[in-house]
Amino acid sequence: MSLVETNSRCSNQASTFALLRVIMRRDLAVTLRRRSDVINPLLFVVIVVTLFPLAVGPGPDILARIATGVIWVAALLSALLGSERLFRDDYLDGSLEQMTLLPVPLAVLALGKILVHWLLSGLPLVILAPLCALLLKLPFEAWGVLMLTLLLGTPMLSAMTAIGAALTVSLGRGGALLSLLLLPLFIPLLIFAAAAVESTLVGTSALGQVLLLAGLMVLTLTLAPLAVAAAIRVSVN
Amino acid sequence: MWKWLHPYAKGEATYRLLGAWLPWLAGSALVTLTVGLVWGMLFAPSDYQQGDSYRIIFIHVPSAMFSMGAYTAMAITALIALVWQIRTAEWAIAAIAPVGAVLTFIALFTGAVWGKPMWGTWWEWDARLTSQLILLFLYIGVLALYYAFTDARTGAKAASVLALVGVVNVPIIHFSVYWWNSLHQGATITKFEKPSMAPEMLIPLLISILGFALLTGALVCQRLRNEILKQEIHRPWVHAQLGVAEQER
Repeated sequence: MSLVETNSRCSNQASTFALLRVIMRRDLAVTLRRRSDVINPLLFVVIVVTLFPLAVGPGPDILARIATGVIWVAALLSALLGSERLFRDDYLDGSLEQMTLLPVPLAVLALGKILVHWLLSGLPLVILAPLCALLLKLPFEAWGVLMLTLLLGTPMLSAMTAIGAALTVSLGRGGALLSLLLLPLFIPLLIFAAAAVESTLVGTSALGQVLLLAGLMVLTLTLAPLAVAAAIRVSVN
Repeated sequence: MWKWLHPYAKGEATYRLLGAWLPWLAGSALVTLTVGLVWGMLFAPSDYQQGDSYRIIFIHVPSAMFSMGAYTAMAITALIALVWQIRTAEWAIAAIAPVGAVLTFIALFTGAVWGKPMWGTWWEWDARLTSQLILLFLYIGVLALYYAFTDARTGAKAASVLALVGVVNVPIIHFSVYWWNSLHQGATITKFEKPSMAPEMLIPLLISILGFALLTGALVCQRLRNEILKQEIHRPWVHAQLGVAEQER
């Protein structure tokens, strides 16, 4: 779908949500044409998870103890790996600059891009989580909470990654810088997610941590599009 | 107020204002730091539990305080830079961030040196230590982004956005780290409880806190002056400034 078409549709309907839909459909179509960009970060998670038993030994007691941490750290790193496709192509072919000229808030567009990124990186990770949990011998009763934390946490990952990706999109070599910018900001997510699973493992309720994660997710999804919009404006300049 | 503030959006006016402040800030910083540290190091009584090793508090506490203060100041200038597009505010980020990062590092380093005799370890995953370490990472991130761009203006704006994102996250990180710590903390860790201080110790501490505030102010002033000169090197007033300096010599 061309941007000219997007542009005219938008001015015809003059509706923010219509634009959100159009942007999301366009991004989905574009990303799904390059499947390896979607699949490779997921394979990365599985491979990292495979490495840990080889490194620390296959005993179930130690694996179960570190399982949540390993899966979550792998998820954080894979979020960084898949971050380039958020804005890079649109920046290089000039579409991003066109998008800043659309007659709707840039934050809406940012939200659309975040949601598509989550659909193709966060959601598959949630589905993949039981496999990782199985490999790491996480007790079955914690699987549900692990998936729940990933379901609540990965949208935040996508949103924060979008901020970093938008800030560094005009730099040729953003990778190492991006991890420096983003990983410290992921810490609360890691802490609450790990604590939720741990509470389940010791037999107490994980409700508090899960609710905190949900609250953080709402906060992030509310504020991050604004930051992404500001960052895009800085980058296309 | 805007009328009064507006001239300082220009580099030259700010440069002169900071130049007027600098001797006062630097002079009073020198006096208060000397008094506070000499009093603290030599004349304050030693602690009944910790002996003389507690004396590092006169450096540790002020630097830890202003490591966070500097981050707040940087976020405020970042907001000004983004909202009102004032260039001096953008340069102020570059002036504040390294000072804040060094203060954070001093706080961490003195903490480690203090932790060795007190806790028996250089590093403890204590909540305060951990969140200080993360603060250092945030500073480094802002600095790295600021200098990553070939166009200085873009870098400054990108760093402003990041500083604002960071300042929203600092309370969340801080809170989550405390929470994580209370969850994981084993019984073996003897956490240092801050005793209520005797006035003989408290007064020099307050003086060195004031001294660090003034020192931070003076360093930021000087760094911002340098930054203004560097950025406006092609402006006539900079030539006039430097020309006069050469004639005086």
